[in-house]
Amino acid sequence: MKKYLKFIYIGIVVLFLYLPIIALVVLSFNESKSMSVFSGFSLKWYEEMFSNRMIMQAVINTFTIAITASVTATIIGTFAAVGIDGMKTKQQNLILGFNNIPLLNADIVTGIALLLTFLMFGISLNWGTVYLAHVTFCIPYVILSVRPRVNKSVNTLYEAALDLGASRFYAFVKIVLPELRPGILAGLLLSFTMSVDDFVITHFTRGAGINTISTLIYSQVKVGIRPSLFALSTIIFALVLVMLLLVNFLSKGRKESVIY
Amino acid sequence: MKELIKLENITKNFGNLRVLDDFSLTVHENEFITLLGPSGCGKTTILRILGGFETADVGRVFFEGKDITDLPANKRNLNTVFQKYALFPHMDVKANIAFGLKINGKSQKYIDDKVDYALKLVNLNGFEKRSIDKLSGGQQQRIAMARAIVNEPKVLLLDEPLGALDLKLRQEMQYELIRLKKELGITFIYVTHDQEEALTMSDKVIVINDGYIQQMGTPEEIYNEPENAFVADFIGDSNIIDGLMIKDRLVRINGAEFPCIDEGFGNNKPVDVVIRPEDVLVKDRGYGRINGTVLTRVFIGVHYEMLIKSGENDFEWLVQCYEKYDIGDEVSLDVIPSNIQIMHKPTSSDEEAIDIDI
Ligand SMILES: Nc1ncnc2c1ncn2[C@@H]1O[C@H](COP(=O)(O)OP(=O)(O)OP(=O)(O)O)[C@@H](O)[C@H]1O
Ligand SMILES: [Mg+2]
Repeated sequence: MKKYLKFIYIGIVVLFLYLPIIALVVLSFNESKSMSVFSGFSLKWYEEMFSNRMIMQAVINTFTIAITASVTATIIGTFAAVGIDGMKTKQQNLILGFNNIPLLNADIVTGIALLLTFLMFGISLNWGTVYLAHVTFCIPYVILSVRPRVNKSVNTLYEAALDLGASRFYAFVKIVLPELRPGILAGLLLSFTMSVDDFVITHFTRGAGINTISTLIYSQVKVGIRPSLFALSTIIFALVLVMLLLVNFLSKGRKESVIY
Repeated sequence: MKELIKLENITKNFGNLRVLDDFSLTVHENEFITLLGPSGCGKTTILRILGGFETADVGRVFFEGKDITDLPANKRNLNTVFQKYALFPHMDVKANIAFGLKINGKSQKYIDDKVDYALKLVNLNGFEKRSIDKLSGGQQQRIAMARAIVNEPKVLLLDEPLGALDLKLRQEMQYELIRLKKELGITFIYVTHDQEEALTMSDKVIVINDGYIQQMGTPEEIYNEPENAFVADFIGDSNIIDGLMIKDRLVRINGAEFPCIDEGFGNNKPVDVVIRPEDVLVKDRGYGRINGTVLTRVFIGVHYEMLIKSGENDFEWLVQCYEKYDIGDEVSLDVIPSNIQIMHKPTSSDEEAIDIDI
């Protein structure tokens, strides 16, 4: 009986979490445009989605920005994390404190601040400004995930490499980077998801011409959402699911999983 | 012997903490030198300055007569065995050992032979493909040695290389290290806080405290003729007693007069007297110089260790002997003249420091 209750409980929790998504998936295969009644199976919304140039452009924008911004942020953040380690404790605490502020700051403040900055310097809003904005808010996450890996034992390994005659660059690439890899990968994935996820900051920095998936959906709300956007959301959900499974599968057998 | 390394007037501060103060040291070719001192006395810092990982605030470092003070670590012809081995965890044993050789652009054939030779030397042949986390502590220690010696350094710096091993393995490795040192014919600068290790292995021991050299000498000199109370106390157990030098070759300890062999301390001068516990002779009442009562007794393997209270100020002697006395037994103590070591009393710790400074 007790076991029974346990399953019911878990069932309810899962239902709460996934019911909305199930609703979304089901409605994306709906024949009619209705948001409440399922009148029959069809793939026409998927067709509409793939033939809609605006949607396709938004998808391309979302992923090109996410990939380039997360890679850029990961490179900058990794070097920053290593550099911070070489500082005096006081400076370290100061910098890490500054690093945490953007994390806690409301997105809307960051968004408006970036918008004003771009305007002040006369930079017209486009793909590039969104990219820069995403790099900006991703860097702190990378620092946060790489920084704990840069510890005393990595430092000693680096010194051991120098001791054996390695140049600083060689020691960094051959010894330090492999040690930091789990942190770097975590930072990269985190940045990527944050970037794909972001709506508020993108909204303020995108200008008139370009849309990402989230800003596109938002702009469609005003004119009425078409089920083709359900189809898009379903595909993105499926992609994320596959990616997660893949990451988990790949990191199995290794000692540390990439996602903690 | 040729002079190999010279540290000249090194001073090093970390913030407000002065770790080394005007520290000078000369190491000759093919010596086994041990830096011995309590935790935090600056031993690792000295090695790091030698290795090029830390720069001294004041002072110079010479290697074969050349000033290498500003030479970066990767250009110095010495290798370090680190306190926690610092083996590269994502490489296997062979890649670890070959690391330095690869950087120096050696041929694959040379590298293979050399790795083979080094593994034989440390008794780990066949371990090439092992990953580092599948090695025991003692094996890691040997690989760390192998990784350092394949580069044929003139000097090997070892920072408490046996610190993480258990007693039995540590003793085994001590002999291994001495053998390696003989076979390779290179200079060892060895750091430890274990006095037994220092005495067993080295040609020369340097006792350090608070960044000052307290005494420098052969293990025998350090053990038998400690120059001050710190060294006497740090090197093995010992009884350090307030004494009064009555005249040359006669000292008053604990209310009784003992003949000794030291001269030149003056007449009626207060001194520190060091007597090793194994040098105290326990006799039946009436046969020794001072009377005492056995307070405690423990059996520590070969012999008994006892605390014996005696004399006018109830000094508690630490005594080791083979015979068994019971707690409360009334006994008598004696020491032969050559086992009594007389030292000047430091007037204050400042003066002690200045003394060594000059
Ligand atoms: N990078 C550093 N920053 C600040 N203080 C340091 C630093 N390195 C060492 N110290 C301090 O310098 C003193 C000497 O340190 P060192 O590591 O040389 O000691 P040690 O003799 O090797 O001790 P142990 O036997 O515990 O290894 C210690 O008080 C230590 O706290
Ligand atoms: Mg140390």
